[in-house]
Amino acid sequence: MKRRLAFFVLVILAVLNTTMVLAQSGGELRFCLHTEPKTLNPLQAADDASETIRYLTGGVLLRENRLTQNLEPELATSWKVTNGGKTITFELRDGLRFSDGTAFSADDVAYTMQQLMDPALHSPTGDAFRSGEGKVETKVLAKNRIAITFPASIAGLDRLFDQVAIMSATSPQKEMAVLGPYYVSENKAGAYLILKRNSNYWKKDADGRPLPHIESVRLEIQQNRDIEVLHLVRGDIDFINSIDAEYFDKIVSQDPAMAHDAGASLDSEEIWFNQVASSPLPAYKKAWFTSTNFRRAISEAINREDMVRIAFRGHAVSAVGPVSPANKFWFNSKLQPHPFDQKSALQRLAQDGFRLQDSALRDRDGHAVEFSIITNAGNKYRERMATMVQQDLSGIGIKLNVVTLDFPSLIERITRTFDYEACLLGLVNDELDPNAQMTVWLSSAENHQWNPSQKTPATAWEAEIDKLMRAQASTSDAKKRKEDFDKVQEIAWQQEPFIYLVNKNALSAVSATVHNAHPVVLRPQVYWNIDQLWLGSEVARNR
Amino acid sequence: MKWARATAIGFLVVVSAACLLANFIAPASYAHQFRELPNAAPSRQHLLGTDDLGRDRFSRVLYGTRVSLLLAPAAALLTTLLAAFIGGVAGFAGGWLQRCVMAGTDLFLSLPWLFLLITVRALLPLNVAPIVSVVITFTLLGCLGWAGAARVICADARALSQSDFILLARASGSSGFRLLWRHLVPNLKPILYAQFWISVPVFIVTEANLGILGLGVAEPLPSWGSLLRELESFSTISGQPWQFVPLILFIVVVSSFHLVLTKKELPV
Repeated sequence: MKRRLAFFVLVILAVLNTTMVLAQSGGELRFCLHTEPKTLNPLQAADDASETIRYLTGGVLLRENRLTQNLEPELATSWKVTNGGKTITFELRDGLRFSDGTAFSADDVAYTMQQLMDPALHSPTGDAFRSGEGKVETKVLAKNRIAITFPASIAGLDRLFDQVAIMSATSPQKEMAVLGPYYVSENKAGAYLILKRNSNYWKKDADGRPLPHIESVRLEIQQNRDIEVLHLVRGDIDFINSIDAEYFDKIVSQDPAMAHDAGASLDSEEIWFNQVASSPLPAYKKAWFTSTNFRRAISEAINREDMVRIAFRGHAVSAVGPVSPANKFWFNSKLQPHPFDQKSALQRLAQDGFRLQDSALRDRDGHAVEFSIITNAGNKYRERMATMVQQDLSGIGIKLNVVTLDFPSLIERITRTFDYEACLLGLVNDELDPNAQMTVWLSSAENHQWNPSQKTPATAWEAEIDKLMRAQASTSDAKKRKEDFDKVQEIAWQQEPFIYLVNKNALSAVSATVHNAHPVVLRPQVYWNIDQLWLGSEVARNR
Repeated sequence: MKWARATAIGFLVVVSAACLLANFIAPASYAHQFRELPNAAPSRQHLLGTDDLGRDRFSRVLYGTRVSLLLAPAAALLTTLLAAFIGGVAGFAGGWLQRCVMAGTDLFLSLPWLFLLITVRALLPLNVAPIVSVVITFTLLGCLGWAGAARVICADARALSQSDFILLARASGSSGFRLLWRHLVPNLKPILYAQFWISVPVFIVTEANLGILGLGVAEPLPSWGSLLRELESFSTISGQPWQFVPLILFIVVVSSFHLVLTKKELPV
């Protein structure tokens, strides 16, 4: 009797175990892309949709863990940066195969680097590796060992490899042969893409089962956010990777468990004044905009907390500077957001000779302080922020005219004609390393928005930022780099060429059918651990 | 249908009066942000609740209706005058002048209006007050909307210039400006009225379209375009039916403008 009972218990346990295993594998994960991917070539990915495909299909040597923000080995087992940041040497995993069965070796890495740096390809990913004049040299030291040498040192070199999907040098399928968890199985232009599980994917879970758990991924192309939310609520899709505050609150009201607010993201919204010397602005306005006291006063007159609470419904934080608090290593924690203090703002303005006269602010020559702020039409958050700034500045006697322009006209004004006074835009930041911001902070850079492409720095503080940015870029000593970039943040905080307003929160919505999802602030917020997600047993069976 | 016309006129009079008296009726400034009360539901203090920045929606509807109801007819008048001049002269003169003017009109009609408006608006100076920006927007609409009406007026003027009474007037020695002003224009009046009343709702809708694109009247001045923008994402408004008031008012006013036209004035 006892033996029968024991046998019965063993059978039950075996069935339960099988059920749990089944629950963790199979099924089809569904979510939406907002546009069709412009390319399936991972080296040419520049738009969000193409980057999504690259993330889901591409195998990379090193991966930035989106949760811990640390760099982790993937196709490489170890790596070493030498030669003052010019050379990186990778030890590769043995016995790996591409999705089509082709063997992976150091030759594939060499081939990928050669393709990546080919000037004819114009790879946006490759641009980050272009450190100086000269060729990139790859040296295959063994089947599983390769050294890559760049003409000049690149700070944060290893992190750049997070974006480089390795391609096969020999596969007849070319870029369609992949080393990532999925491969593109079907691409119905303008409608959907289906990715199938890569059976040659190298990763296994803690129990030794092959990853990924989910059999396929269906990416519906859907531009309309209303319809996307409706699909999620009806269970047609499993998650929305990034969602705005209004839809987020709508989902919270329907199913709070679905909504995830991961906190401040890397993206920021900011205002800057036109400080271009050759701009067609009157001299007295140029004098206002180039005055540190004027910019600081404007910053102090803006109520960021109200902006967070009203424009973003609480799903944002007051911004401090060029680095979001979400960036754990590089954020200068000594700095605090500029407080809302209109009294102090008026005192600063008084130092520059401004005075309040009949509730209107006038400069020392009697000009009433009135200027316009441009932003892109159709972005309701920016329009709201601009309208709130308008009311805030009226509190210190400044008349602000809000002008919304179509995007091409706005870009024309801020990059070519410089016929504008102030601009409110956002900075989408994907990378943690400050090197990604070189094109913004160097005074000679085109994206140095308030006064781009300067031959020599217009101010002493810009010269100091140039020096610090170049210094941090020329060393691989993380501590020294951090010290230098902390100083850059301090100067930016004091001078406020950009008046940082808010850092939006990373909001997402994930259905309860998706297990092991831990939305984070870095992109891709929800599916960063795609190979470890699984679907509930019912969904897995029905799809 | 007399009663429908009378009701429409009555409704337009009431709405216009309410808008003109907005300074006295509105409980708050259309621009003031009650920041402690964003997206509030209707209450005694805020009859239609507040918008996403805490601005009193009832006040914004009153002022927004005033902007649209005052400036759309002004733009319609401008467009009708332009159309009357261009179409009337072309139709009266006939011959090569008519052919040239109508070719120009056809070319004008083939232009993509919305893109043209967006382009022209982008070229305007930035530092203008909201009230100036709204006047500019409607003036642009007025200046760009004459072509269709000019075609209709030209055809009518041509038919009239060949009618018996005009021939009689010519035979009696009338010519040139006197013939145009004394005999032709009075007979064009019904078609000019019709074109005017048709243009009013067209301009209201065009401004609303520009507003929905974020390119209409500058903040904080409200207009129907900016008020209707609140409805652009359906899923976020489904629990707040009072947000539909500007839309309902917009539909009823535009319908009323159409009902104002008598059967005779309606275009065939």
